[in-house]
Amino acid sequence: MDWWSWDRAIEVLPELLVAFVKVTLVATVIGSAIAAVLGLIIAIVRRTAPAFIAAPVHAIMEFIRMTPIVIQLLFVFYTFTSVDGMTLGVIVLGVHYASYMAEVYRSGIDAVPKGQWEAAKALSMSPARTWRKVVIPQALRTTLPALGTWVISMLKDTPYLTVIFVVDMVRQAENYGSRTFVYTESITMAGLIFLAASYPISVLLRRMEKRLATY
Amino acid sequence: MPPTDSTAVAGQPAIRFENVVKKFGDHVVLDDLNFDVQRGERVTLIGPSGSGKTTILRLVMTLEHLTGGYVFVDGEPLTHMEVNGRRVERRPKDVARTTQKIGMVFQQFNLFPNMSVLENITEAPVHVLGRSQDQARTRGLELLDQVGLADKADEHPTRLSGGQQQRVAIARALAMDPEILLLDEVTSALDPELVGEVLGVLRDVAKSTDITMLIVTHEMQFAQDVSHRVLMFDGGSIVEEASPDVMFTAPEHERTRAFLQAVL
Repeated sequence: MDWWSWDRAIEVLPELLVAFVKVTLVATVIGSAIAAVLGLIIAIVRRTAPAFIAAPVHAIMEFIRMTPIVIQLLFVFYTFTSVDGMTLGVIVLGVHYASYMAEVYRSGIDAVPKGQWEAAKALSMSPARTWRKVVIPQALRTTLPALGTWVISMLKDTPYLTVIFVVDMVRQAENYGSRTFVYTESITMAGLIFLAASYPISVLLRRMEKRLATY
Repeated sequence: MPPTDSTAVAGQPAIRFENVVKKFGDHVVLDDLNFDVQRGERVTLIGPSGSGKTTILRLVMTLEHLTGGYVFVDGEPLTHMEVNGRRVERRPKDVARTTQKIGMVFQQFNLFPNMSVLENITEAPVHVLGRSQDQARTRGLELLDQVGLADKADEHPTRLSGGQQQRVAIARALAMDPEILLLDEVTSALDPELVGEVLGVLRDVAKSTDITMLIVTHEMQFAQDVSHRVLMFDGGSIVEEASPDVMFTAPEHERTRAFLQAVL
């Protein structure tokens, strides 16, 4: 079998794992945190803020969702030249996915029955307290699976960071190929690492989902 | 002014509707409605569905926007007032101060499913009235005992029957020490065999407190037992107004007779 060598597959593994942890994992974790928080803020702003704030926010989100992430990465990279690529990349991933997560949160918030808002009002709860203690906890419960899907999607988008010269795991796999003139093993292993990372995330999310489901 | 209540105006009714108009789009639900509810009085609104009874409660709780006229609570304007002959909206902060005196129990209970039974009851006393956790807990357990659910304090609402949920909702409203309690068809969503336990609790509350109550119900026996006065509504206005004894035994108006015949 000359197109596949287990030796090469094992040989490339360490450098792939290092790139995975240093770039792919860090970008996904921090990017998801930014997306989750920013997405929620956007969803709340769109629901509560006056039109002159909510409308532009909506327009910006639409713009972000309807242009490729590669364009956004390149634009930011060549505009803010004093910031390093990894930092910019993480922010772009976070903001990009925030625009998707905001939609998810919105549907979750809309799904909270009107009676919950009315009960909170009848108890004189402040709007902030109502959001924090009544609406958001209930909205999160229904949105969590969908948010998890976006996290996995973000994980798989991290190779785009190579367009702004961040050496992620896939670029590392290519580098190995250009050194040895064989690509199959390194690219395959990179793919398997993605699979190995996505699966636990989906398991973790399912577990969180279950825990939140037990009212 | 009485020293105990800085905002109440002495001798004023608990609730006053003055030329109240409520429209949903072009549909006029209430047209130039006037009535008073005195302090400590329990008034039941009866009438066919769509006659505007629930809208009246929702206006008092400020869950609906008042199209025209004025509502006063303890002599204070609720959401709108007249300034220099013009009708203006009150500041949200002022409205909130007034609505804090008002509690409401809903047809669909509307307990918070993400909180335990006791948390449902203590949330607002702690975070709105500024009571201590201990104080709120003690009072909450007392109220749960009063509604016969002392053993359910740590249960989640979704695990309770409809009747139990509604009793928790009553305890939750009472925990805020309301001066006015609005009961919006509180037994309509319940299985028939669960209606009794809820009405029993409300009878106790009526007997043991002097909370002003505005009640919308289809339970005529309950209305007769607890109310001081009954208002019969049809088409957004009051058709007849009488003591329960008169209303349920010798109503004057043909419309009331027909309605009572249909529901009794």
